Amino acid sequence: MTAPAERPAPPSDGRSGGAPAAPRTTARRALRRWSIVAVVALAWWALYSVNKPWWDLVLGDWLGLDLDSRVGGAVHFFLYDTVKIALLLTGIIFLVTVLRSFMSVERTRRLLGGKREGVGNVAAAGLGVVTPFCSCSAVPAFIGFVSAGVPLGVTMSFLIASPLVNEVAIALLLGLFGFGPTALYVAAGLTIATVAGFIIGRLKMERYVESFVFETHLRGQAIDPALGLPWDDRLRMGVEEAGAILRRIWPYLLVGIGIGAFIHGWVPEDFFAEHAGADNPFGVLVAVGIGIPLYSNAAGVLPLLDALVAKGLPMGTLLAFMMAVVALSLPEMVLLRRVLKPRLIAVFIAITGASIIAVGYLFNAIL
Amino acid sequence: MHIKILGPGCANCTRLEQVTREALDALGLEATVEKVTDDGEIAAYGIMRTPGLVVDEQVVVAGRVPTAAHVRELLASH
Repeated sequence: MTAPAERPAPPSDGRSGGAPAAPRTTARRALRRWSIVAVVALAWWALYSVNKPWWDLVLGDWLGLDLDSRVGGAVHFFLYDTVKIALLLTGIIFLVTVLRSFMSVERTRRLLGGKREGVGNVAAAGLGVVTPFCSCSAVPAFIGFVSAGVPLGVTMSFLIASPLVNEVAIALLLGLFGFGPTALYVAAGLTIATVAGFIIGRLKMERYVESFVFETHLRGQAIDPALGLPWDDRLRMGVEEAGAILRRIWPYLLVGIGIGAFIHGWVPEDFFAEHAGADNPFGVLVAVGIGIPLYSNAAGVLPLLDALVAKGLPMGTLLAFMMAVVALSLPEMVLLRRVLKPRLIAVFIAITGASIIAVGYLFNAIL
Repeated sequence: MHIKILGPGCANCTRLEQVTREALDALGLEATVEKVTDDGEIAAYGIMRTPGLVVDEQVVVAGRVPTAAHVRELLASH
């Protein structure tokens, strides 16, 4: 897409513009870099705006499909949603990766080092959102935090917030449901991470952490990957990350949108309003029960939810389902089993699950 | 030269190994490349976001996959 991989002229100097030599080359390079970014951003915006009229034109006028019919509506939903979600994901993952390249897990750990429980939990939840982190590093990060003296509960707040309020979820919520539900989701996610971590800390469960974690001695100097990266590298990371995530999640995405298209066309209009409406006391419970073992990610679930909400599924049930899917999953538990004993994992699932259920009911009651 | 690739075997770790081997070939350097997948070992190097690149027991890259050119610089200056 973009991003020439060459680095600024003096390799020893990390920050562009810092070197006295050849300031004109640096300026020209910066101009070129930001022109490319601007052109790509414009192209993105153009594609995004033309998406709906384009499919209306192709399917409705050229192919003569009736867009209000079941088949026509489903086909239109599938094509339109696929392009829209792919664009949203690419744009927001790129943006978030570039912004997050200024943060690092190392810096987060330093910030959390001296914090006490309570304040520490709030800070950890917030940092969990802005720190670049992938759940595949959950284990070394856990060891790194705990062995550096960050309290167990504070560490858990970080580990809960990080997948719960992630960039893919935010991108899709924003695109599909708008600002209000997205803000609610983020606020709820932060609260859950803070409270659940705080409770785990209060339960004094340190003895249910595998003992080798406390025996790990950190040797050497941890290096901060966020320091002194030139802009070219940050932008390149954004492009690579967007590509890598799309390559990983496209099957989930297509299956999710496919099921969504089916629901869109064939499930009766008020099916969920009747069977799983806000007045159904078991709605949230069932949604979270299905969501916890389900291993998918926001990308697979959200297009589905987009169709479900159109059929009358209440917002609280929907957000609770989504949280259960992204926050708790079987593979993550298997990973965490390497550092946590089963009892602590059970407590972790129970407390996080209960918080999600509470949030679901709360939203259904107030929205 | 003793090089360690730290990571549980995710896609990024494989890419880092590939990039490192490319850089070694380009420089014509002889080195043993070892993969470290043990969590305790990885964490002990202070790595909290994989992958990590360790040259002669010194962490030079953490948390991202650098370009082959960048690895060449790192190895050449080592």
